[in-house]
Amino acid sequence: MELLLDSLFNGVAIGSVLLVAALGLAIVFGLMGVINLAHGELMMLGAYTTYVTQLIFKLPILKPFYNSYIIVSIFLAFIVSGVVGILLEKTIIRKLYGNPLETLLATWGVSLILQQFVRSVPLAYGTGLVISLLIGLFLPTSFPSKIKESINFKYFKFSSWLFAALTGVLTGNVISSSVSKLSRASARNVDVTAPSWMRGQVEIIGTAFPKTRLMIIVITLISVIAITLFLNQSAWGMRIRAVTQNRQMSDCLGISTEKVDIITFGIGSGLAGVAGVAVSLLGSVGPNVGGNYIVGCFMVVVLGGVGNLLGTVLASFGIGIMTDLIGAGRLLSIWPDMPLPLSNTINFFATTSMARVMIFALIVIFLQFKPTGLFPQKGRMVEN
Amino acid sequence: MRISRRILAGLATASLAVTATSCGGGGTSGSFDDTVTVGILHSLSGTMAISESTLVDTEKMAIEEINAAGGVTVGGKSYKIEYIVEDGASDWPTFAEKSKKLIDQDGVPVVFGGWTSASRKAMLPVYESKDAFLYYPIQYEAQECSNNIFYTGATPNQQSEPATDFMYKRSPAAGGDFFLVGSDYVFPRTSNTITKAQVKQLGGKVVGEDYLPLGNTEVAPIISKIKKALPDGGIIINTLNGDQNVAFFKQIQDAGITPSSGYYVMNYSIAEEEISTIGPEFLEGHYGAWNYMMSIDTPASKKFAASFKKRWGADRVVADPQESAYNMVYLWKQAVEDAGTFDDNAVREALVGQKFDAPQGPVEVMPNHHLSQTVRIGEINAEGGFTILEETGVVLPQAWNQKHPSSKGFACDWTDPSKGEKYKL
Repeated sequence: MELLLDSLFNGVAIGSVLLVAALGLAIVFGLMGVINLAHGELMMLGAYTTYVTQLIFKLPILKPFYNSYIIVSIFLAFIVSGVVGILLEKTIIRKLYGNPLETLLATWGVSLILQQFVRSVPLAYGTGLVISLLIGLFLPTSFPSKIKESINFKYFKFSSWLFAALTGVLTGNVISSSVSKLSRASARNVDVTAPSWMRGQVEIIGTAFPKTRLMIIVITLISVIAITLFLNQSAWGMRIRAVTQNRQMSDCLGISTEKVDIITFGIGSGLAGVAGVAVSLLGSVGPNVGGNYIVGCFMVVVLGGVGNLLGTVLASFGIGIMTDLIGAGRLLSIWPDMPLPLSNTINFFATTSMARVMIFALIVIFLQFKPTGLFPQKGRMVEN
Repeated sequence: MRISRRILAGLATASLAVTATSCGGGGTSGSFDDTVTVGILHSLSGTMAISESTLVDTEKMAIEEINAAGGVTVGGKSYKIEYIVEDGASDWPTFAEKSKKLIDQDGVPVVFGGWTSASRKAMLPVYESKDAFLYYPIQYEAQECSNNIFYTGATPNQQSEPATDFMYKRSPAAGGDFFLVGSDYVFPRTSNTITKAQVKQLGGKVVGEDYLPLGNTEVAPIISKIKKALPDGGIIINTLNGDQNVAFFKQIQDAGITPSSGYYVMNYSIAEEEISTIGPEFLEGHYGAWNYMMSIDTPASKKFAASFKKRWGADRVVADPQESAYNMVYLWKQAVEDAGTFDDNAVREALVGQKFDAPQGPVEVMPNHHLSQTVRIGEINAEGGFTILEETGVVLPQAWNQKHPSSKGFACDWTDPSKGEKYKL
């Protein structure tokens, strides 16, 4: 019983890291059909946001609230990655809808640019830049419609970008002068330290579980529930589903597909940011952190069936449990007196590297029989 | 056409004039009679840049120190050392390519370079075919002995063997079982083969081993294996690389694998630089084994650390790879001065037997092109340094490890033409 619980927990823990990382991609790639190779780098931005938030919460004014920085950083990471994602959509991806190969190359280029950006720009100014993007993109939309419709709106837009740039430079300078660690560019990996209440273990029914892993499971659960509710219950969610199913018809019926694209892409990117917070709790934060996850993300989405959130959820937990069963050699402890040839084979695959090989092989075999994944989308597809 | 030719001619005259003045002015710029240019080849971009750039800094500092003390004196003439820094870009074929460039195009007498074994293996054929000389400063898995490479880092018997011995006999977990964790590439696998043979000799037991693919940071399966194999604590030998250490130590602490519950980790790839990145709070109470540790309390060690901080910033630290890099520049200088020429073959002969008072203590170049060194075992403390627990005497290097089944009974000696790269003892 204890063994089973332990195994299940480990599988769910590994799976939830995969799931939280793949959730954003399930929306961007699954619903919109955009092959976004910069997804990993959007995660990286989320992880760096956690790091910056952590340092800012060490300032004397915010010190009393230090323990809650991780909660704050979840929201901030969503916003930061979301804003960068929206910018990406507006400038590059919008022009490439329906051209998967070009999208793939362009987003790969973006991923390299983002990696180099965090290496060579001090994080303080990076923060400033994100803040100015945020203001520049959203200030004009908050003007009353009377101004928006007026002929002089472009001047309003221009001046709000000017204001945004000034605020960005100002925040950058304030942060860089108050937090010395953020004032210099560095390619060095940085470290997020979980607040004390999140470290160590908690005991449930006689078994000890690491708290950070539980936290990641909670973050994942909340993200999945929130996104499911949003897609199925809200008006915008309905529009997104409509555009996914039939873009032309939705357009005819008066849904602004352009806006839907922006919102979908923004949410997908924002979820990548949340995933960044989760992975920053497990390892170090560096320019390459996203690259470690991107292959896994695509694997999960493809296995789950493109365009289906439930498939993504099941696929990631399935992979997580398999990783634990094979990689930790747990089958042997569940069934100790299995025949020798079988136990030898299982022992051979009971290392982390071989478990990975085994799981990839199993996925490839599975996709031979069900090329569209666990839950293929039925009916008319996007752009089809 | 005519104009461009005229411009070309003008340029040529001008450059001749410049060369002439610079030749003439050679005597007046400082007190050197001439200059010699050496090559420095490390990654300045890519994943290895973080580590390798510290070596470039150290080598530059050593060269500056030598220049300040009058340069290299060869045949009664004093030479100022100048350097060309090339970027290996964390890409192994690039290391080979840049080596060719440094040897053929720049004509440098020596190249200081490399970090990963993969980069060394890529460069090796270049130096052997051109009969040039590479100085390589990193602790590595050995099982190699080239006439064209001088290795100033530790071999396994100068790091992992004394460390395993310490863990099994004198650590708080003495007599316990071993679990081996490493990144999946040549150094951890070779090092662990040696450790397994040694643990068997000592009468201990290795109850598990696992390798994490490079770039993978999911250590949950490894943690469950450790807990299964060592339910009540034991010895963990860690040869993980770079960032993977961060994930490993963060997660084992959360899983309750700590010194206070009887688990002690011995690390072969964590020096002062890495401790500050991972965070001492995750590493306190675990161990490391190196030839040089910043906390060595001798004037030479303190001077080395102080001059590095003075040159590159007070927040910088020095660690074992940097010390090896520092030593090799000085050893090259001594060998060149003894040989009386920059010629490779003469320098190679003069190199063997060179002694140097290194920051770690006295070192000497052995006939197998490796260094005799002191080995230290340290416990990682809360300040991010090592508390030195043990110090061996001078340990002779084994290019061919005597515990590894494939090289047992072999040795290397380049001073005797009948012995060479690999001969039976």
